[in-house]
Parts: sequence; structure tokens; C-alpha cells
Amino acid sequence: MRGNLSKVFELTETQLFRRAPLPKSYTDYLGRKLFLFLLTVQGLGAFALITLGVILKKFSVAPNLMRPIVRQEITRAGAKMLPMFLFVAIALGFLVIGQTVSVAARFGATDYIGTVMVTVIVRELGPLLAAMLMLARIGTATVIELGTSRALGEVEALEAVGIDPIHYLVVPRVVGMTLGVFSLTVYLILAALGSGYLFAFLQNVPLTPGDYVKQIAESLSWLDFALLALKTVAFGFFIAIVTCYHGLAQPLRLEEISRVTVRAVAQGIMVCVAIDALFILLYLNA
Amino acid sequence: MNEPPATPVIEMRDIQIGTMRDTSLTVLENVNWSVAAGEFWVVAGQQHSGKSDFLLLTGGLMPPAAGDYKFFGNETRIFDETRLTDRLRMGFIFENAQLFHYLTIAENIALPLQYHTNLPVDEGVQAIEDLLELTELKSVAHATPASLPRSWHKRAGLARALTLRPEILLLDNPLGGLDARHSQWWLRFLDQLWRGHPAFGGKPMTIIATTDDLRPWRSARRKFALLKGKQFVTLGSWNEVSATQEPLVKELLAVPLEEPVAAAIEKEERETNF
Repeated sequence: MRGNLSKVFELTETQLFRRAPLPKSYTDYLGRKLFLFLLTVQGLGAFALITLGVILKKFSVAPNLMRPIVRQEITRAGAKMLPMFLFVAIALGFLVIGQTVSVAARFGATDYIGTVMVTVIVRELGPLLAAMLMLARIGTATVIELGTSRALGEVEALEAVGIDPIHYLVVPRVVGMTLGVFSLTVYLILAALGSGYLFAFLQNVPLTPGDYVKQIAESLSWLDFALLALKTVAFGFFIAIVTCYHGLAQPLRLEEISRVTVRAVAQGIMVCVAIDALFILLYLNA
Repeated sequence: MNEPPATPVIEMRDIQIGTMRDTSLTVLENVNWSVAAGEFWVVAGQQHSGKSDFLLLTGGLMPPAAGDYKFFGNETRIFDETRLTDRLRMGFIFENAQLFHYLTIAENIALPLQYHTNLPVDEGVQAIEDLLELTELKSVAHATPASLPRSWHKRAGLARALTLRPEILLLDNPLGGLDARHSQWWLRFLDQLWRGHPAFGGKPMTIIATTDDLRPWRSARRKFALLKGKQFVTLGSWNEVSATQEPLVKELLAVPLEEPVAAAIEKEERETNF
């Protein structure tokens, strides 16, 4: 309830620094930016931990009210996004295979098409692109919705009737976006692999479907599946955390929502890139 | 044998009140106030005198900057998870109602009941129907707040606060911006709640309302207080309010002020940046 949100706000108080007078030197400027960055990381971390705590602690609170809301968020961040993801997946498959075929055919290396698809789409582009699309379509909407609720005083109204805003507003979105990124990445990868083969077929590349699937299967290991699942879950969870945090954790005015949305998207991209870099390190060291 | 005095439902000692956006600011200082069960308080003050922040603190939505706040005798700073039972003993009606814009009026009213009693969405309808009937909101039950005038928002806010049958009702400027018909309805209905409305088991409610216009609240049974220049001043009953020579009270009663007094108030307002 009130305590959960104020805990995050008291921890960060980033607004205080943003409102401070302009610094006099570049070192002050950099120092302030660094300090703001650390405070934001601290605030996001606290918000993520509080949200995880609420998910575990209030799993069985008001299920008749909460479960339909969670289902609604899963539909919104999952099923309703599928057509757009399939369109992008087909374009991605054409693009990657198109470029690969044009280069590989010159060296007679078309045997590596499946391997390229696994490296580029399964390990890197697929999950990252899915995360970016989720951030653009659902993440921005989340900041605006929650920011509006915050600015209109609806968060205080929830607290006044004893409803925890994190439970009611944040948890369904976190669950929706986490499952959404995970499942849509799977569909995106499958569609991209399919469209990739279609492109190769249309380009008369001498590659049978069996050989293509075999190349892909040989290039994949159990680690790919495990890290793909972990990475997409992390992407979805942190996109939801960043966007909900910016929409909800600090008192807002209506005119501040556009600025906060831009900040949330920028931080969302940075968080996704950081997670991706972390997983590249895991791949390289595994 | 004399009965021991009942514990006040609300007790404030040397309370200092900040604002919701910036708790480092002080809008009220040294607030000493005690509310007994079944009292009807009207707290008057000009715009930006801190009425809303005072009520947010009383409602446990904002912690005091300093001082002791007791709710039913228990030390309280803010109603967190552990104080949910206490939280639900109090109903809060915001000045702008603050309805959830994505829900209909009926859904807004039903939300607290569904959350706290785990009622399926299609159950508990009778209790909500009764509240809609009582607050004359039935015809607009399926409308969204954006499509309705502000006066109906306030009634929906009242119905939402009453859903869980609170013992204390806090109302932030409930008559602000209402026409005469709506104002009369509110005064009548609040009076019924204070005396014990049959729809709520006939149990009298403790009511605390803020206002920037004292005229409609005239009643011998109500108690009055004033927020003036960061101070909380207890005025007493209506007789004392009407007898006082305090210029601010005269202003809130819309009594024409003598020229030097009006100039003094204007000067004070300028100095306090109102």
C-alpha cells in the first residue's frame, strides 16, 4: 500500500536532484548525472524487489478480481501483439537470409545458413527485437496509463480503499509483459526461421527443408534454450519494472507524463542492452 | 459511578503537516485536535490553506512531519499493510472524487468490495445496487467518469467510500463546485449518515469535512475548526462561529468586511504567497 510506493520514492528522491540549480562545471554536471544514474538504479532495484515480494505475498489475495485483470494483461501483451510480431518475424527472416545468401553463395557456403539463423536470430536479434517491440507498444502505453493514474490522484484513491497499487496496477502488467516477451519471442523466432527458408527456396539455394532443419538442430544446444528462456523473461520483467516505476513511483503532474515516458523508454532500452550484454558474457563463458 | 472517558477516535498532538508532493514543506504546525466517536466536524479554510493535506494526514495517506497521531488510541504514522483493518474503518472522499477513469461508475463502487471480500465480479451486485439507489446513481451506473458531470463524480466517490461501511468518513470539500440541488442532497445525506442511516445498520458515523465556505454547514450540532496561517484553530459550535470577530471566519461566511480588515487580509495573503 502507501508504504510500498513511499519506500521506493524515499529511497531515490531523484526529483530533488533534477530540480537542483544548473551545475557550474562539467565535472559537476557529470557528477550529477552519475549520481542520478545510481539513484535510478537503486530505485529500480528497490521497485523490482518490492514487486517480486508483492507477487509472492499476495498471490492468493482477491483472485476473483485479480486473475481476470492478469488474463487481460497477458492477452494485451501477448495474443494481441502476435500479428505485428509475425509481420516483423517474416521481414527479419527475409532480411537475414537475404543478406546471408548473397554473401554465402559467393563462397559456396550455403551449408551454414541454418547456423547463421541460430546465431543471429535465436541468440541475438529475435529476443532483443521482441523486447524492443514490447517496450514500444506496451511499455510506452504503461507509462502513460500509470502516469495518468498517478497525476489524477487515482493511486491515492486506491490506497484510501485499502488496495495496494503495486498489487492492483503493477503485478498484472509485470506478469503480462514477462509472459508476453517470452512467448512472442518463441513465435518470432519460429516465423523468422520459416520465412528465412522460404526466401532461400525462392532464391533457388540448393538446400532441402530437412538439411535446413538439421543445420539448425545441430547448431542449437540445451544452453540456447535455457538462456533464451531466461533472457526473454528478464527482458519482459525489467521492461515492466522500468515502465511501471516511471509511471507510478513518483508524484507526477499531467504535463510531466510525456517527459517521463521518454525517460522510461530510454532507460528500458539501456536495461535491455545491459541484460543482452550479460547474456553474451554467459554464452562466451559457458 | 462515572464511566471512564471514551478513547478519541482521532487524536493529534503537536502535529506538523507537509504536502503530498513535497514533505519538506510545512502547511500546518502544532495541530492539537481530538475527535470523539459520533462527532461531526467541519474544518474551514481558504483555498491552499492545507485542507487537503490535513485530511490526507488524518486519513493515514500521508505521514506527519512531526508530532503524535493516534487512531482509536493507537499510534499511527501511515496506514501500511499491517494497519489494513484500521484503514478500512475510515472512508475517504477526495475533492475531485478521483474515480478510476478506466472503470464505469458501478465498477468504481464495486472495486473495494471485490478486492477485500474476493467476490466474483458478477456477485455482490445487490450491495452495489443498493448503494447506487441510495446515491441516485443508478441511471449512470454504466457510464464512465469522463462522460459525467463533476457533481456525479463526487456522489460516486461517496458511494465508493461507503462500500465497506466505514465508521469514520473524511470528506475533502464535498460541496465545492456543486449547485444548490446537489449541495442540499449532500447535507441531508451526510446528516442521515451522522445520525445513523438505516442502510448502514443505523450506526452513527463520525464525519469530518473540510470546506472553503461555512454558510451551508450551519448547524448547532456540528463542531467547527479553522485553518489559518499554518495554525489549526478550534472554533467550537455554530453559535461560537457566528459570534466570533475573526475576519477569516467572516470571509468564509461571506459577511461583507470593513475596508481596513479586507486590506489586512489581502496583505496577509500576499505575504503568505496564497
